[in-house]
Amino acid sequence: MSDAVIKCESVYKIFGANAKKMLQEANGNVDAKTFQENGCIVGVNNASFEVSKGEMLVVMGLSGSGKSTLLRCISRLTDATGGKIYIEGQDLLSLKDKELIELRRNKMGMVFQSFALLPHKTVLENIAFPLQIKGIETEKSINKAMDMVKLVGLDGRENYFPRELSGGQQQRVGIARSLAVEPDIWFLDEPFSALDPLIRKEMQDEFLRLQEKLKKTIMFITHDFDEALKLADRIAIMKDGIIEQLDTPAKIVLNPATEYVKKFTEEVPREKVLIIEDVMDAPTSENLSDLKVSKDEIIENVAEKILSQEKSVGVTDENNKIVGTVHPSKIIHTVFGGRKESS
Amino acid sequence: MELLKKYPKLFQWLFLLIVFFALCFAIDVPETYKFIRGQAEFIKDPNQSTYILFGKEVRYYAFDNFWRLPPLLGWLPIWINDGLFFLLNEWMPMEFWDSATQEYKTRPLVLQISRNITAFMTFLIELIREILLGGVETIVAFTSWNFVSAYPWAKLPGLPWTIVAAGAAILAYKLSGKGLAIFAALVMIYISVFGQWKPSMQTLSFILVAAPLSFIFGLSLGVMAYKSKRVEKALYPILLVMQTMPQYAVLVPAMVLFGIGDHAAVIITMVVAIPPMILLTLIGLRGVSPEVIEAGKMSGCSNWQLLTEVLIPTARRDILIGVNQVIMVCFSMAVISAFIGAKGLGWNLLLALNQLNIGLALEAGLCISLIAILLDKMSLAWANKQTDYFGNLTFYQRYKNTIFFGGAVLIGAILAIFGSFFFKEGFNYLYEVPHNKGISTADFWNKGVDWIFDTFFVYIKAFNTWLITEVLQPMRALYLRMPAVATLVLVVGAGYIIGGIRSAFTVGGLTLFIALSPWWDRALVTTYMATFGVIISCTIGFIVGTLCQQNKYTTNFMLGVCDIFQTFPSFVYLIPVMMLFGVTDTSVLIAVIVYATIPATRYTIEGLRSVPAALHDAATMSGVTKLQRLFKIEFPLAFPHMMLGLNQTIVFALFMVIIGAFIGTEDLGQYILKALSDKAGGGKGLVLGICVAFIGLIFDNLIRTWVEKRKKHLGID
Repeated sequence: MSDAVIKCESVYKIFGANAKKMLQEANGNVDAKTFQENGCIVGVNNASFEVSKGEMLVVMGLSGSGKSTLLRCISRLTDATGGKIYIEGQDLLSLKDKELIELRRNKMGMVFQSFALLPHKTVLENIAFPLQIKGIETEKSINKAMDMVKLVGLDGRENYFPRELSGGQQQRVGIARSLAVEPDIWFLDEPFSALDPLIRKEMQDEFLRLQEKLKKTIMFITHDFDEALKLADRIAIMKDGIIEQLDTPAKIVLNPATEYVKKFTEEVPREKVLIIEDVMDAPTSENLSDLKVSKDEIIENVAEKILSQEKSVGVTDENNKIVGTVHPSKIIHTVFGGRKESS
Repeated sequence: MELLKKYPKLFQWLFLLIVFFALCFAIDVPETYKFIRGQAEFIKDPNQSTYILFGKEVRYYAFDNFWRLPPLLGWLPIWINDGLFFLLNEWMPMEFWDSATQEYKTRPLVLQISRNITAFMTFLIELIREILLGGVETIVAFTSWNFVSAYPWAKLPGLPWTIVAAGAAILAYKLSGKGLAIFAALVMIYISVFGQWKPSMQTLSFILVAAPLSFIFGLSLGVMAYKSKRVEKALYPILLVMQTMPQYAVLVPAMVLFGIGDHAAVIITMVVAIPPMILLTLIGLRGVSPEVIEAGKMSGCSNWQLLTEVLIPTARRDILIGVNQVIMVCFSMAVISAFIGAKGLGWNLLLALNQLNIGLALEAGLCISLIAILLDKMSLAWANKQTDYFGNLTFYQRYKNTIFFGGAVLIGAILAIFGSFFFKEGFNYLYEVPHNKGISTADFWNKGVDWIFDTFFVYIKAFNTWLITEVLQPMRALYLRMPAVATLVLVVGAGYIIGGIRSAFTVGGLTLFIALSPWWDRALVTTYMATFGVIISCTIGFIVGTLCQQNKYTTNFMLGVCDIFQTFPSFVYLIPVMMLFGVTDTSVLIAVIVYATIPATRYTIEGLRSVPAALHDAATMSGVTKLQRLFKIEFPLAFPHMMLGLNQTIVFALFMVIIGAFIGTEDLGQYILKALSDKAGGGKGLVLGICVAFIGLIFDNLIRTWVEKRKKHLGID
């Protein structure tokens, strides 16, 4: 798989003195309880997945689920206890310190939950920091940082200190800093969790706008399922270090793999998440109504139109070809009956 | 029984006190006991007992073992002293190249190392001193005495005071702004006009070497301790003891190793100043949030970049407090090290105090304090400085300060040359105002002191007599009346009640060390003076702090006052009290009280400030009066923090009691002072210092343990 930017093969992270030895003895069969009895804590348990170029993978889980640990394994802020991690085909764990630094300087950017800005530097200096670390001359790095300031909409505040900014503004600085070196891979560790709901929504929209423009390969960590649904191309749901399910938001909502995942999906307003394609049936020869809808429409937006029809509605693809049908009853079923169906 | 269940601690304390007093009454004062004024080994007395351990003879007065423990550790100072002597003079002789005689010489390793360090320090101090004052030593260091005597022009000219003053003002302006620049100029002009230029520059050169070196070493060691658990574990006990070790006590062993003079003073200053720097660096680095470190790593920092660009700047608040401490210690030591021959203001101050010339002492003390405040402010401003990236500066704006300094050098030099024609006879006031040729207010102060003394003599004397006979003497007698065993029981018991078995062992061990040293009586006197000072200081500090805390302005004002007072070198406090009370215990105690009230006040204010605002509001909404709120909410919550203040108060008080030996006290400090002039004083000074440090640590351990438990109980941090 050459287009996988990030690739994990059975990654384990176990904290404790004899972690490595115990992992070998466990032979790929890691049970958190037995490990705990021996004084080890399992952070990540057998994580395997790929993230392809330009894709946004959201890792979702409650606190203690190992999601942040997984991210730190992939950014090698902590060394994985077992397994293989490839970044653009390079074996991450075999990199020497120098190579790792090079990788981070050029390919990776990371945003942190509590912003992690340097308190002694101004907004501009914070953003220019990764560039200056790289050894880029002051004038160039400052100019580049100024572009970033504009990108995240902080012009006029470049000489402020982090302590003089609001949370949302501080995180904009964090985002700008992580983008300053134009990385290919973008790690975001609960970037909006510390913000107020209104600001959070604003930042999410802004983030989507940025990603539209930049098309980075992203790993995004969150504990907020709604946020995951809103942003993700694919979602990985973690519990106790294990990835319970990894799929597109629609498939997770429609077919939760475990009881645990189902608990999250129950409350989700499906019409806001699912698109027509997710619920359509195969094209039949039956009489269709005159109305046609695109397969990429979100159900909520077209539900009213479909429900006003009596016959099935045709679903079209980009080329205006009919690829399926939706009967109004299916919409009603999806919106109101979904919960019962899945239980 | 109900009561017992409700307040178990109270009954434990009661029980402890009963046992303590029972022991006190049960053990009679031996008839032969009296407070010995001299050191046992110097007294030829057939009544003395002796024992020999490790080949060292220890002489002491034997009493019943319940009353006073025999000095089983009496061999320790002698042994340390001999050890030092052996290291210096006999251990590991090696061949070293002697550049003076151009041949190899056999010398013990430690001696050679100490000589090299000494030479290096001397060179640094002389270099700065001669830039400021002029001289030939630096050139000699690169050439030879012959060269200098052959060419009379080979001499650093030294900067005229006008240039130094202008330079200081420009530097202050660059670092902070107009305010500090004016202050800097005023300080320099004051120093010059009042004829303190030479000693001030000597002191300054000493500090400009000692402070940066202490900072660099402290910071590096702090970083090493942060990186490696092992280094931290090795450093920790030293840090702990050094925190409560009186600065005096380090003088003696350092004198043995490095001789006397400015260089030894620098080394001692480093020994004293480095531990707090390490500690604060460590605290600061520990406080850096892990996410910030990760952010640094993800920005692609190498280890070195992470340290210099992320960790140290982020921890700079604590590191700055460390720098501040380093500067304070340096000034404090600048005075104290006059005892081992360091030149400068300290020397003058000491001399003046010795002659009871209060006016002169006051002038020297004021100069030191002013320079201390100036350097303190400048170091703070330097750390908070920022760069401006966008000012499209013209050449003039960019190099404004350099140009001004260049101009100042030129004008200063011209003035100095002009002055050499103008003041043909006598002194060139535009180059350097010589010592004692400036304006002196000494006479004014001396007359003032005389006047106060004449006018209020009766009252001062009466107060003095009353305090000594009615309060101090009985208190001292009470302390000395405690049998050693009873004291041990009291301390161990308190340790057990407060912190369990572990604490009991720690404080018991510390007390036992002092009890087995030859200076138990002296330690009791030190403790009595410190206790008296601490009680009064805490009362004053508590009341003043509480009153000031009621209002934002008074709070800031009081904290500012504390800042300034803390900047004064500890010795300076002795001047005004000697002015009023002469050479008595009262003087020492008043100095102790003034000095120790600073932390007491500061921590009271900070403790009250640390009470969460939410609780404040909640209390107000429950309809309590201001006084109720103070007593029911604020005091209980602020108490743990205030107790940490008590801790500091004790340390400050102990320091001052020991320094008070200069005025004349009969405690451990007196012996430390004596050890300075004692041939075999090295070991004695060190062990005496350790005894004082242990007194501090006993209280430190008890208070800290109590505070931690209390904080957990209250659920604050």
